[in-house]
Amino acid sequence: MKSVKHNGEIRIGVYICHCGTNIAGKVKIEEVVKYAQNLPNVIVARDYKYMCSDPGQDLIKKDIKELKLNRIVVASCSPHLHEHTFRKAAEEAGLNPFYFQMANIREHVSWVTKDSKEATEKAKAMVKAAVYRVVFHEALEKKKEKINPDVLIIGGGIAGITAALTIADAGKKVYLVEREPSIGGHMAKFDKTFPTLDCASCILTPKMTAVKDHPNITLLTYSEVENVDGYVGNFKVKIRKKPRYVDIEKCVGCYECIKNCVYKEGKFPNEFDEGLSKRKPIYIPFPQAVPLAAIIDPATCIQFLSGKCKKACQEACERGAIDFNMREEIIEVEVGAIIVATGFKIFDPSQIPQYGYGRYPNVYTSLEVERLVNSSGPTGGEIILRDGRTPKSVGIVHCVGSRDKNYNIWCSRVCCMYSLKLAHLIKERTGAEVYNFYIDMRTPGKGYEEFYLKLMEEGVHFIRGKVAEVTDWAITPEEEGKLIIRVEDTLIGVVRRIPVDMVILSVGLTPQPDADEVRRLLNISCSKEGWFLERHPKLAPVSTFTDGVFIAGACQGPKDIPDTVAQAEAAAAEALALIDKSEITLEPNTAFIDEEKCSGCHVCIALCPYSAISFNEEKKIAHINEALCKGCGVCVAACPSKAAQQRLFLDEQIYAEIEGALV
Amino acid sequence: MNQKKYFYYPGCSLKGTGKSYEKSLLAVFKYLEMDIPELPDWNCCGATTYMSIDELASFKMAVRNLSIAEKEERDIIAPCSACYMVLNKTIHFIKEYPDIREKICEAVKKANLKEVYEGKVKVRHPLDVLINDVGIEKIKSKVKRTLGGIRVFSYYGCLLTRPFTEFDNPRYPVNLDRIVEATGAETVESALKTKCCGGSLSGTIEEVGFRLSYLILREAKRKGAHLIVTVCPLCQFNLEVYQDRMEKMFKDKLSIPVIYFTQLLGVAFGIDEKELGFNHHIIYPEILYQKAAV
Repeated sequence: MKSVKHNGEIRIGVYICHCGTNIAGKVKIEEVVKYAQNLPNVIVARDYKYMCSDPGQDLIKKDIKELKLNRIVVASCSPHLHEHTFRKAAEEAGLNPFYFQMANIREHVSWVTKDSKEATEKAKAMVKAAVYRVVFHEALEKKKEKINPDVLIIGGGIAGITAALTIADAGKKVYLVEREPSIGGHMAKFDKTFPTLDCASCILTPKMTAVKDHPNITLLTYSEVENVDGYVGNFKVKIRKKPRYVDIEKCVGCYECIKNCVYKEGKFPNEFDEGLSKRKPIYIPFPQAVPLAAIIDPATCIQFLSGKCKKACQEACERGAIDFNMREEIIEVEVGAIIVATGFKIFDPSQIPQYGYGRYPNVYTSLEVERLVNSSGPTGGEIILRDGRTPKSVGIVHCVGSRDKNYNIWCSRVCCMYSLKLAHLIKERTGAEVYNFYIDMRTPGKGYEEFYLKLMEEGVHFIRGKVAEVTDWAITPEEEGKLIIRVEDTLIGVVRRIPVDMVILSVGLTPQPDADEVRRLLNISCSKEGWFLERHPKLAPVSTFTDGVFIAGACQGPKDIPDTVAQAEAAAAEALALIDKSEITLEPNTAFIDEEKCSGCHVCIALCPYSAISFNEEKKIAHINEALCKGCGVCVAACPSKAAQQRLFLDEQIYAEIEGALV
Repeated sequence: MNQKKYFYYPGCSLKGTGKSYEKSLLAVFKYLEMDIPELPDWNCCGATTYMSIDELASFKMAVRNLSIAEKEERDIIAPCSACYMVLNKTIHFIKEYPDIREKICEAVKKANLKEVYEGKVKVRHPLDVLINDVGIEKIKSKVKRTLGGIRVFSYYGCLLTRPFTEFDNPRYPVNLDRIVEATGAETVESALKTKCCGGSLSGTIEEVGFRLSYLILREAKRKGAHLIVTVCPLCQFNLEVYQDRMEKMFKDKLSIPVIYFTQLLGVAFGIDEKELGFNHHIIYPEILYQKAAV
């Protein structure tokens, strides 16, 4: 062994675990114990059936005290499982927990080696490597950082609203940022929700108002997150407030400005109604909007286009809320945790030309029909075609853009159920014949299958087969003037032509087009499709790989309202669990820069996957933020001058380990 | 920029039943100052009955044409949809299946050609060349007689866009419509753009073939089209020459002119009527000369 750089005598205790027969069935424990006893600096070597059990740990604690051990090696399972257990045991016996090294002789030896003799030899080598290494271990301090108790939530749909209310009710301060002029998201556009058929706005609107009235919530609509700096517990966020040209503090939503606008009638597609109705340049997005305040769209307003409007809206406003000189504003907030709830976009069906969307006026998307059936929608809840007729027959095409490798491979998870819901509402209100064209029915939620059965009893037709095309190609006189759905009915094995008045394309869910920008902003990951990635699909479904950033709702993948709400509450709980601790303990195995060696080459900065390294312009060297560092070691491996080093993985420690394993 | 070079591959149709296609195609390319010499010593593409009886033989015939073109590094312009399809199909099989490539190579050697087709040249449809190499703006700028007021049913047929076309949407192609619109004519929207005309069924099982052709003609009438414009000699033939028999069979008045897109372009370019081969047609497209503004 090389010369040892440390103070005082090294006294190592080695503990070999049987793990029942997991290890002892293959590795000859006695031999390993004997071997360990003769290694340099080893004072004692023992074995035990289950080292992780209380008596096993007590064995170590007792030895530390009685034999004055100052280094511990445990040869057992994976450090993922029990490193923490043994470090804690050492700490309880009065030893710094980092004077400890684990040798994995289960996953790395007994489970993967066939021959008992080979396994025993390998176990010996690994014990020796650990014994050599632990000599060079240092006492490390776990640092603590204060946590800012405020939370930022990005996205004001049902996920963001739920998370905001949960956290605010727990007494914490919340900033809720929504880029549209009102919160509510997609859910605000729906009429009824499946399978209970309760009115979407009746259950959503009180929550929207609660958000606005909550003393702990700062609501920032028509705003976007511009920049996020900092790290878990201490994020610094810049938010861009877009000018809406109406002071929301003064506006009471009386509609006087809109009535007096120089445009007598609406002229521009109303975004909230999916373009099915028209709005004026000054408008209120929808009657239940929160905040209930007007907004001016500068792209259509005469004053902004030519500067020559008589500004009747401004005159009509008694409260003087309209301000054409409003400017964009950047505000900065500091928060401890962030919840991302940016939702989804619907699939654009004009990508599938054979379905005729955009060419045949009576081919609708499901979201358009949601607006048609909504009593505050463009037709007051009446289901009518573009020419005003009531449809006598309606075809609903499932899986449009979903479960199709040409477009989106994934199941959109909600389109079976909302198709059933629309079928029910249409049948109830028009008495039309309704045909559902499906590939598979997927109704796996609480009460969902029952809803499907109910629809079948109502006499809605179900035809199994992927629709080939929607045309206006009439062959018989009965088909004249109708849309014809051509489909292979795979249950009776024939190709059918079903003439209908209205076709509804049940479009799938896709990630937001700017998901990648949001991902970069928050330093989180996306799946290749663009859905935000959870830390673990089963065991950490709302956490991300960036500490302190959580995800909720359909930005993580297609989700219905119950699942979205459940996930939003989970994300809120995770955020609360984090900020309620008021401080976090940081693992000390972080990287650091040896300032004298750093040449300021920037290599490590670009490589760090956690954006933990910045450049110190004054000293012209790299600087590692230990609160952000996850100890992945990329910078250490990349540094050409060995300036970047990592605690617990210092060169001398690793060299000693290699020497132990090889020599 | 390197000017693209082409060989014109007529195939049997353009020398026979599709004579007016050849005439108008050559006239249009000449007008656009593009040189398209005929592929020297070309042979049958293999698309005739070979394909259904002995597929490998059809590949062997096709690859000889490809290898000749490659020697001169000129893309093949194949105006007939069947030629276009089988030549591209052969390329696909050469790329994907080495054993087939080997078997085909033998044929090339027997024909005393040294080089086997390597993929250096492409098989192009004149529609593709016009849209992507010439460009719609240039075509518009060359129009001398705009064809305003003429309603055109642009018919692609089943082969051009499926399965080997990359230059258009296979389900709902639009390039022919863009050419038609460049002449000032109006296109009628239809779901039958790529439906089968009946193909060779018209010569074997008449009632099936005629029914398929008739449905297309009827749809064109229903949509108020003055004429049908095609890109394929077999489609043109099926849709035009049997119209009197279809009229009897379905008790329906038809008489819709069916012309090639190159003829339509030729009229718009102001090329002399005689050069466009209308004399080979049974139904003369009078409307083109009635309505078209000079």
